[in-house]
Amino acid sequence: MSFVPGQPVTAVVQRIEIQKLRQGNNLILGFSIGGGIDQDPGQNPFSEDKTDKGIYVTRITPGGPADVAGLMMGDKIMQVNGWDMTMVTHDKARKRLTKKNEDVVRLLVTRKSLEEAVKHSMGTYHKQ
Amino acid sequence: MDTESTYSGYSYYSGRSRGSHRHGERSRDRHKSRSKDSRSEKSVTINTPPAEPLLGDSAVRGEQIQDDNWGETTTAVTGTSEHSLSQEDIVRITKDLEDSVGLDCRRYFTRTLAVILGLLVFLTPLAFLVLPHLLWPEKLQSCGTACEGLFISVAFKLLILLLAVWALFFRPARAGLPRVFVFRALLAVLVLLFVVSYWLFYGVRILDSQDENYQGIVQYAVSLVDALLFIHYLAIVLLELRQLQPCFSVCVTRSTDGETRHYNLGQLSIQRAALAIIEHYYCDFPVHNPALLSASKSRAAKHLAGLKVYNVDGEFPAAPAEGPGNNAAAGLAHSQSRAMIAAAARRRDTSHNELYYEEAEHERRVRKRKARLVVAVEEAFTHIKRMQEEEQKKAPGDVMDPREAAQAIFPSMARALQKYLRTTKQQHCHSMESIQQHLAFCITNNMTPKAFLESYLVPGPTLQYSRDRWLARQWTLISEASVTSGLKDGSVFLLKCVDFSLVVTSKKIPYIQMSEEYIDPKSHKFVLRLQSETSV
Repeated sequence: MSFVPGQPVTAVVQRIEIQKLRQGNNLILGFSIGGGIDQDPGQNPFSEDKTDKGIYVTRITPGGPADVAGLMMGDKIMQVNGWDMTMVTHDKARKRLTKKNEDVVRLLVTRKSLEEAVKHSMGTYHKQ
Repeated sequence: MDTESTYSGYSYYSGRSRGSHRHGERSRDRHKSRSKDSRSEKSVTINTPPAEPLLGDSAVRGEQIQDDNWGETTTAVTGTSEHSLSQEDIVRITKDLEDSVGLDCRRYFTRTLAVILGLLVFLTPLAFLVLPHLLWPEKLQSCGTACEGLFISVAFKLLILLLAVWALFFRPARAGLPRVFVFRALLAVLVLLFVVSYWLFYGVRILDSQDENYQGIVQYAVSLVDALLFIHYLAIVLLELRQLQPCFSVCVTRSTDGETRHYNLGQLSIQRAALAIIEHYYCDFPVHNPALLSASKSRAAKHLAGLKVYNVDGEFPAAPAEGPGNNAAAGLAHSQSRAMIAAAARRRDTSHNELYYEEAEHERRVRKRKARLVVAVEEAFTHIKRMQEEEQKKAPGDVMDPREAAQAIFPSMARALQKYLRTTKQQHCHSMESIQQHLAFCITNNMTPKAFLESYLVPGPTLQYSRDRWLARQWTLISEASVTSGLKDGSVFLLKCVDFSLVVTSKKIPYIQMSEEYIDPKSHKFVLRLQSETSV
């Protein structure tokens, strides 16, 4: 998941669609994010490359909308509703996710197991 | 009657003179507890005699005492105790007289000794130089160039010694200390021994043998003057320099109202430390105001007066009987006081409530009076203005000097000022004359009304007030250790004057172990350590 400056980033992503849940006056998604270009990447427990300043999912409320949609802890969010999340500040990421006039967010997330799954399937394909 | 005679003796003595009265009071406090107790108990149970009956009255008074409280008086006021009191008084009077005379004698004695020693020291080298010329002029070798050069050196060194001694020793004495100043005495003895030994040598080797080598004699005189200069250096170090380095931290507390200050002193003897502390007292401590203590005293009296002990078993409770009955009375007194303490603890006391509201009320009153005073003074100051030079030529009439100007504006602020001083219980510190003087002083020096008022709003140090408010220039040093011994860690002594005493405790300043740590200026670097987690 590391990037080479100047080269486009490639990753295997999963599309996850989360319906926001209305709780009182707020629309909640049911997970917590960490990271951002203004944060310290060395403290990220989920990233492989400790210089990765992307947005990661740090916690999922069990039974919440994110859990239902299939988001997992440790996922790196690449896009939210078409907006890029690989080079944003923490606050910008939060704002993109919590827009009041949107009821649903479509995330593109990546995780290590996806990468391995593709390699595995490609491997078997090659064997074939 | 014994009662009469001793009362008359006491009263006569107390009326005599303020000086001896004070001495008597001080030493009375020191020496007497037993007879004082009997006297105070008597005043509680009988409620009579003040200390000023005339000689004629005591006869009548003795009769009255006998009639009313016959049983208690005769047991309390026995012949032996009161008789010894009057004898002690007389002894003390004579001792005090001797003491005061003795002290003056001692001061003149030391001064004459010092002058004699000084003269001896200065005339000795001159005598060394002159005597050979007087006694054996024919045999003496003539003085060559080197020898005459030495004359100049002797002259200048003596001049320097004279100036140095004048600077160090010829200063006005600032205090009379109880014991002799040990270092000075040692130095005087040293100088005396030194000069005597030089004279001995001179007498034996030069006068007796009538030495012709005049240059040697002159060199001998020069060595004497050099050594005297070195002794003077020793005197400076011992007397002045040694106590400059702070070594002890002393805590000085006034016994009446608890004002505390801390000072750093060097290695001093107890009497010199006491002198330094008294000098600091006069400029640091606010003036002692006995009127401010009356409130707590009245509260204490109310506490005592609240409970009365009755012994229902039939014996006389409060008479301190002598002889075999003493133990029983003492035991009775103990149980009574314990009972009183227990009862006082149990009763519901609302005096704290009164104190709280009284203090709040007093504060409010003081602030109100202060506001009125400030306004009155500011208004008064606007009535006069300093006359300029040009105006002086134009209108010579109605021109006032500062004193008259002060007298002119004083009446408009007098009432407000007097009320304020009464409320803060300072009215006895300031007389009208002193207030007007202060006002004239402020006007002369172009001070603002606030500057004028500052000395009345805040109680200042004792020296700020007039001489008769200085109260005590006679201090007594009370110490368990000898007063010429040095200050030690944990030494405690008292400085007592007529109205209050200063309690002094000393602590050693700890040994400070300091180490260094070098920080490279380029090592100051920072990184962001933020790690926020937001739930969405």
